[in-house]
Amino acid sequence: MDALSSLVDGFAIAVTWQNLFLALIGCFLGTVMGALPGLGPSNGVAILIPLAFSLGLPATPAMILLTSVYFGAMYGGRISSILLNIPGDEPALMTTLDGYPMAQQGRGGEALALSGVASFVGAFLSTWGLVFLAPQLVKLALLFGPAEYFALYALAFATLGGIASKNQAKAAFAAALGLAIAMIGVDGQTGVPRFTFGEVHLYDGIDFLVAIVGLFALSEVFVFLEHGGTGAHEGQAGRARIGRIVPSLSLLRHCTPTMLRASVLGFIAGVLPGAGASLGSFISYSMEKRLVDRKGTFGTGDPRGVAAPEAGNNAAAGGALVPMLALGVPGSGTTAVLLAMLLALNITPGPLLFQKNPDVVWGLIAALFIGNLMLLAMNIPMVGLFVRVLLIPARILMPVVAMVSFVGIYGISGSSFDLLVMIGFGVLGWVLRKLDVPLVPIILGVLLGNATEANLRRAMTISDGDWSALVQSPLSIVLWAIAIVGFVLPIVFGKVLRRRLSLRKDAEGAAVD
Amino acid sequence: MSDRVFGGIGLALALFIIWQARLIELSFISDPVGPRTFPIIIGVVLGVSSLVILLRPDAAPQWPRAARLLEIAVSVAVMVAYAMLLPVVGFVVATAFAAAFLTWRLGTKALWSLAVGVLTSLGIYAVFHLILGLSLARGPLGF
Repeated sequence: MDALSSLVDGFAIAVTWQNLFLALIGCFLGTVMGALPGLGPSNGVAILIPLAFSLGLPATPAMILLTSVYFGAMYGGRISSILLNIPGDEPALMTTLDGYPMAQQGRGGEALALSGVASFVGAFLSTWGLVFLAPQLVKLALLFGPAEYFALYALAFATLGGIASKNQAKAAFAAALGLAIAMIGVDGQTGVPRFTFGEVHLYDGIDFLVAIVGLFALSEVFVFLEHGGTGAHEGQAGRARIGRIVPSLSLLRHCTPTMLRASVLGFIAGVLPGAGASLGSFISYSMEKRLVDRKGTFGTGDPRGVAAPEAGNNAAAGGALVPMLALGVPGSGTTAVLLAMLLALNITPGPLLFQKNPDVVWGLIAALFIGNLMLLAMNIPMVGLFVRVLLIPARILMPVVAMVSFVGIYGISGSSFDLLVMIGFGVLGWVLRKLDVPLVPIILGVLLGNATEANLRRAMTISDGDWSALVQSPLSIVLWAIAIVGFVLPIVFGKVLRRRLSLRKDAEGAAVD
Repeated sequence: MSDRVFGGIGLALALFIIWQARLIELSFISDPVGPRTFPIIIGVVLGVSSLVILLRPDAAPQWPRAARLLEIAVSVAVMVAYAMLLPVVGFVVATAFAAAFLTWRLGTKALWSLAVGVLTSLGIYAVFHLILGLSLARGPLGF
């Protein structure tokens, strides 16, 4: 019951005019960014972090703004999936399978409304999950010493490539690259400069915000430049027939069990390391298909096929916040970016966050509830407005994205050097994307590199240089075991899982076309 | 082939990191691990993963044609120029030109892109500077 009374306090913090306004802005911007193909939740949050930071927002309002963007983007991703058959972001991929056929049958508005409700159910239930699970995880985390934390970070790096990872060598490469970038600068424990090559600008290290905005937002601009700005979506949104935008009660009742099951599965997928929202929506869809698809209507515009992945991916988004807040270890790209925001504000997530800054945690959670209600209200009647946004061509939109990225980074430091580093990261991000190297482990390495090293060295100082101290407690042995299994498993099963994912998409894509 | 080149570069980078890590000066106070060890571990991980990439490459991605690559290179050059000139000519002028260039290269007609660039710049200036009070680069003209 502690959790409930803390939650009430959280509402007292969240319900101020400023916070409500920020939540509203965040929900709106997030939905727009999620809807636009090419801009997903992680890019959206990445662009706004420097802005929130240089505007001097305190921690709670800043987190409220950014998590609203995060959830807004999870809602928005479905719009272009349904109307254009182009997922607005990766987790919305599964929504295209039944959403687009529904739109073709002239039931686009119904699909949009239903998926809006499903998103709400998923997000709402998973926020409750967050309320009750996070404090339990905090209790466990209080048992952690430096050796356990080092093992936990290793686990995060090992599993971040994801169960559907294509090439674990590339995921490991990305993590090591990120860690190496984090090493640049003055060593925190002995004060000697490392990898600075005499460049004074590098003594403070590379600002992770610069790296994040470059890798995520700017590299997206290069992707568009590579294709000459031909956004395939241009001018198509107007053609899709929307039809009625209020779902009938019988349709909602028909889909309720689906939404509930999908929410639970999605939440679990979100909490587990290395799974995340994409897998959450995939698992929800496949399980629902297996359970209720007796007539073979999935893939031809079955409303339940829209409800399941949307409830699943929004529930996963909430689930992913659990390890991020309670342990300081993000389970997905977007939560890694949110972690960057907290670190930039000098707040270290983890068990101490719940003790030292309960206002941030519970204010944030309360804001999630409010934000989800706003999103539901926004996404049903105003969906037409967001559809209109899809008409903005990429050739105008992407330069705006680039310029806003520059503004944000320049606003923090006012230094041209940081802008140059950001451009460098943008190019690096583009090349690595071409080579199929995941970018999220790089970000995680840059973010957690110093904490990882500090915990290793602290553990060694305690044990006086005895390396076996890393595997002496049962807790750390368990963590190492999970890390190793999590790294090896994708090598064995990844191929099978990926083949199924693409087969399903192909087979059902073919049936549609 | 791309992956072999990539792995090779990664391996060189790993060796460079290990070499540089061994050159880090030690201070007279130190913990048992010291500032060199962790970077060396990272270098080893980087090297091993690069070696695996080099020996077991994925299928090569589709690289853009030379003309497109040039396009990206020119855009990077424009962004670099933007970063350098921002404090000199001020936010509004620099941003108008940079945004106009990117819009043009993404396929808008030349004259229109100029209009879009100016509007983008003024729009960002209005929202972020006038409304939100963010400090942007100030040029000789005061904006």
